[in-house]
Amino acid sequence: MNMASPATAASPTPLVRARDLCVSFATPRATVNAVNGVNLDLAQGESLCILGESGSGKSVTLRALMRLNPPKRTVVTGELNVANQDVMQMTQAQLSQYRGPVVSMIFQEPLSALDPVFTIGHQIAEAIVRHEGISRKAARARALSLLELVQIPSAARRLGAYPHELSGGLRQRAMIAMALSCNPRLLLADEPTTALDATVQIQILLLLRKLQRELGMGVIFVTHDIGVASEVADRVAVMYGGRVVEEAPVEILIRSPRHPYTSGLLGATVHAGTRGTRLTTIPGAPPDLAELPAGCAFAPRCTRAEPGCHKAVPPLLEVTAGHHVRCPVVCPARIQAPINV
Amino acid sequence: MIERMPDRGGPQQPLLIARGLTKHFPLSKSLMRRREVVQAVDNIDFSVMKGETLGIVGESGCGKSTASRLIMQLIEPTSGEVIFDGESIGRSGLSLKKYRRQVQMVFQDSYSSLNPRLTIEESISYAPMVHGVPKSKAISRTHELLEAVGLAPSQYARRYPHELSGGQRQRINIARALALHPRLIVLDEPVSALDKSVEAQVLNLLIDLKKQFDLTYIFISHDLNVVEHVADRVLVMYLGKIAEIGPVDSLFSDPAHPYTQALLDSRPSMDPSRRRTEPPLFGDPPNPINPPSGCRFRTRCRKAWGLCAEQPPPFHQIKPNHSASCHAVALEAERVSE
Ligand SMILES: Nc1ncnc2c1ncn2[C@@H]1O[C@H](COP(=O)(O)OP(=O)(O)OP(=O)(O)O)[C@@H](O)[C@H]1O
Ligand SMILES: Nc1ncnc2c1ncn2[C@@H]1O[C@H](COP(=O)(O)OP(=O)(O)O)[C@@H](O)[C@H]1O
Ligand code: SF4
Ligand code: SF4
Ligand SMILES: [Mg+2]
Ligand SMILES: [Mg+2]
Repeated sequence: MNMASPATAASPTPLVRARDLCVSFATPRATVNAVNGVNLDLAQGESLCILGESGSGKSVTLRALMRLNPPKRTVVTGELNVANQDVMQMTQAQLSQYRGPVVSMIFQEPLSALDPVFTIGHQIAEAIVRHEGISRKAARARALSLLELVQIPSAARRLGAYPHELSGGLRQRAMIAMALSCNPRLLLADEPTTALDATVQIQILLLLRKLQRELGMGVIFVTHDIGVASEVADRVAVMYGGRVVEEAPVEILIRSPRHPYTSGLLGATVHAGTRGTRLTTIPGAPPDLAELPAGCAFAPRCTRAEPGCHKAVPPLLEVTAGHHVRCPVVCPARIQAPINV
Repeated sequence: MIERMPDRGGPQQPLLIARGLTKHFPLSKSLMRRREVVQAVDNIDFSVMKGETLGIVGESGCGKSTASRLIMQLIEPTSGEVIFDGESIGRSGLSLKKYRRQVQMVFQDSYSSLNPRLTIEESISYAPMVHGVPKSKAISRTHELLEAVGLAPSQYARRYPHELSGGQRQRINIARALALHPRLIVLDEPVSALDKSVEAQVLNLLIDLKKQFDLTYIFISHDLNVVEHVADRVLVMYLGKIAEIGPVDSLFSDPAHPYTQALLDSRPSMDPSRRRTEPPLFGDPPNPINPPSGCRFRTRCRKAWGLCAEQPPPFHQIKPNHSASCHAVALEAERVSE
């Protein structure tokens, strides 16, 4: 296993560095601008949650990091470096050495990542043989230790199980084992616990946190649930209309969100203590990505909007160390120097 | 015009009583061996008081939807019965047609519960017209209902389901459920497919409509936060059985059943400085085809001992209206009373 040291200090070169990442899709009707200038920095061993509602561009961003969006209809621009490699320039051959050993991904539905006709053990061993060219026997032994790593009980017996023979939680663990088979430095997780029950979700979240710490991986975790972020994230980036509108260390984002959309979203989230109160809601609907407003994408729904908000996309400004907000109205330029509130 | 059916037994008589309700689905493939069954719902008893919201929580497959389909009389129970405002349903008592007017349902999947070929207006006015309401009356009622669920009739009445967002479709399903002036609405995961900000809108709406139309709800969800927010009393299910039932405050602040405790503890902390280090439970719920003997929770319960495998636990009342089905709870109570 890759035993890189856990994230104590951020390493000088980040594991992931994305600048002005844009993804659009050509559809028969119109061009869908799904991601519109995302910057991301992720240190080795760090965990970032991308939080947002349906259609905000979370999954497209994640797929862009792996160059998984359908090549023919997708236009991707911007800079993307992962583990000191320029992902935008990779050839197909380079991509196949990138996917797996450098970065791999887990999904909400494990059956989409696992092949129904092969046993779990066979699939994991195959992936290892393909990437590392070691003997089948050695690969099989590694597969067993991977199933143990993800805490599958009676792992030796489960090597011979087909995906459909496993319960939801075990299947999710098998998919994680598969994703870890080539010791990736970056793990991308697209809502891996959304379909799971509460008592199983917390098990998988704790497992992912433990694996990340022990293996020193960077993790980018997509979720629409702030509760999930509260359990696994170091930092949270909130997406709206294909842009990051706020980014902060997780405690700060939960305790003192600044962007009107983030405040609205957290205010609308049901939690212990909302009983008997009226939930605050955000009026209106998310923007049409084929016709994004010229200014702040949230302006048509924002109670704080000023005339200037409709004119130009506001910049993402740092309000305190590590806390960035894309709203000049709640975070005017004057107080952008680090302040202690 | 259709009117709401009158109250019969007064406020003290439960609006609905489920008595020994059981549904065992036969498994078709086990022809060779003795007939195996899925014990989806197994001998459950509960009542719903007039004007309250009874929340039903539990993990997927524990029988919540089967229970709701039994209540709706959409499937035949293996045994047990449903009593509505003092009358049993079917043969001798309340006719199915009269019952269906008073009890309506809203499902999780807002799309598949609407006919894609009908406009919103046609979908909502359909049932009243089947019940003999003249078309013009049914349409004007439909427009009132669209207003009530926050959708301007001029904008939405003529649209088709695919022209609406998930949240808007769920509003249509709610409007349609209200069309026959029901007394009880069974909501099966009504907000589970919605985004958080839309979930908040629909929950506010459901709370408003309950007051406005004097309704009683059975609210099914796997989301404990949502149930805590809306319910007056809560019923916790595990593998087809009731684990615990009680008033929302008492059950959430002082859960008695080990499963309820674990379920509550599984909620994310919302406080990164106090993250959990151990999961409250290991494994997934077992298969309802061959549920564990005795207490069905015993394979995952930290407190389980010999007796738990031998005998199904009895219901034990902990406080007024608050009971749990657990040997440890019963034993503890005995010890305290001695
Ligand atoms: N291959 C594609 N072709 C056209 N449009 C696409 C494609 N993939 C995604 N989109 C569009 O891009 C937008 C962002 O999609 P994305 O899947 O990133 O949303 P998301 O934030 O992950 O939402 P969810 O929470 O629903 O998963 C959506 O409007 C989606 O319809
Ligand atoms: N028509 C059916 N035939 C066979 N088994 C069923 C049928 N409907 C539900 N079940 C089974 O009954 C159990 C309870 O299901 P359900 O009531 O849908 O659970 P929940 O709504 O709590 O997720 C599950 O094991 C499910 O697979
Ligand atoms: S920039 Fe203007 S419209 Fe956008 S969030 Fe800030 S106040 Fe609202
Ligand atoms: S009856 Fe026994 S196994 Fe069941 S919940 Fe109580 S202590 Fe646990
Ligand atoms: Mg997605
Ligand atoms: Mg269900």
